[in-house]
Amino acid sequence: MPEPALQLSVSLWRGSADGRYETYSVPRRESQTVLDVVTYVQRHIDPTLSYRFACRVGMCGSCAMTVNGHPRWTCRTHVAKVADGGRLQIGPLDNLPVVKDLVTDMQRFFDKWQQAKGVFAPSQSRAEPMARIRPDSAARLAADAAIECINCGVCYAACDTVRWNSAYLGPAALNRAWTLVNDARDAGNPARLATIAASGGCHACHSHQSCQEHCPLALNPTASIAGLKRRATAAYLKGELKA
Amino acid sequence: MNVRLYVWQRATAALMVPFVLVHIAVIFYATRQQMTAADILSRTHGSALWASFYGVFVAAVSIHASIGLRNILTEWSPLADRSAGWCAVCAGIALALLGFYAVVALVVM
Repeated sequence: MPEPALQLSVSLWRGSADGRYETYSVPRRESQTVLDVVTYVQRHIDPTLSYRFACRVGMCGSCAMTVNGHPRWTCRTHVAKVADGGRLQIGPLDNLPVVKDLVTDMQRFFDKWQQAKGVFAPSQSRAEPMARIRPDSAARLAADAAIECINCGVCYAACDTVRWNSAYLGPAALNRAWTLVNDARDAGNPARLATIAASGGCHACHSHQSCQEHCPLALNPTASIAGLKRRATAAYLKGELKA
Repeated sequence: MNVRLYVWQRATAALMVPFVLVHIAVIFYATRQQMTAADILSRTHGSALWASFYGVFVAAVSIHASIGLRNILTEWSPLADRSAGWCAVCAGIALALLGFYAVVALVVM
């Protein structure tokens, strides 16, 4: 097995949308993550470098960046897996406005979660008995398959439809809507289905499956969106939706 | 694309599957039999069956293609949704007029 390079050549995006890549030399370490590399640059080379991270263990979803052309969670991406000949190019996530350096403005990403009615709408008060949901029920299993999203924005950055259609809600918001559509306790489905069946909703998806390919948690938003398409189409054909 | 357009596009796509197969079979038959245009017109002239077959086919194609064109314009051109919709409606009407004219030529003229 070849020895890893002693130094990495790391190109980092600097500035806002009209910025450029600048190259830094970073020592190669064992078990080094891409986030370690970015942190090294900020701590030892240029303290003005801006980037986001919080938990460093793949839970918070704040450290996603574009690494050698692909959106990735940087805290759990090992350099050994992605460094091509000891080279790394790290930029901000696509499909989101760049604030500075590696930081994007996530506002529209989270606005779309709200727009897709990604908020639980309770059907009962706390005075009523707790809902009983069988763990092996079809709806619970469907929700389970989609529920571990950490809002990192990787799928949103990878999505071609988001790139082409700014009104499209995107894979993360629709995936979240799918979990709630399958939540027997939720009372928000009429409004939710009306939103996701409208222009920019689930039917805009081309099923390219980039979201599934890049999701760091191996979720399948394309399958969730396909479920929403079926559900919304059935509701429309039954006359429950106006479009 | 909203759910209404989605349903129309999928429904017309499903409808077109047998029509496309029959259409291709007809093309193969006509070429293998070395039929001339006059031979074909002599068989289709006055035929309610061919008129309804190609009439429905043209209607399905016009609806299906115009919805697809609307999607392309929405995603690949600077046109707003509404403008893209009107362009697609115009294209659909043009396709329908050309198609129905061909059907009339095949069956009546």
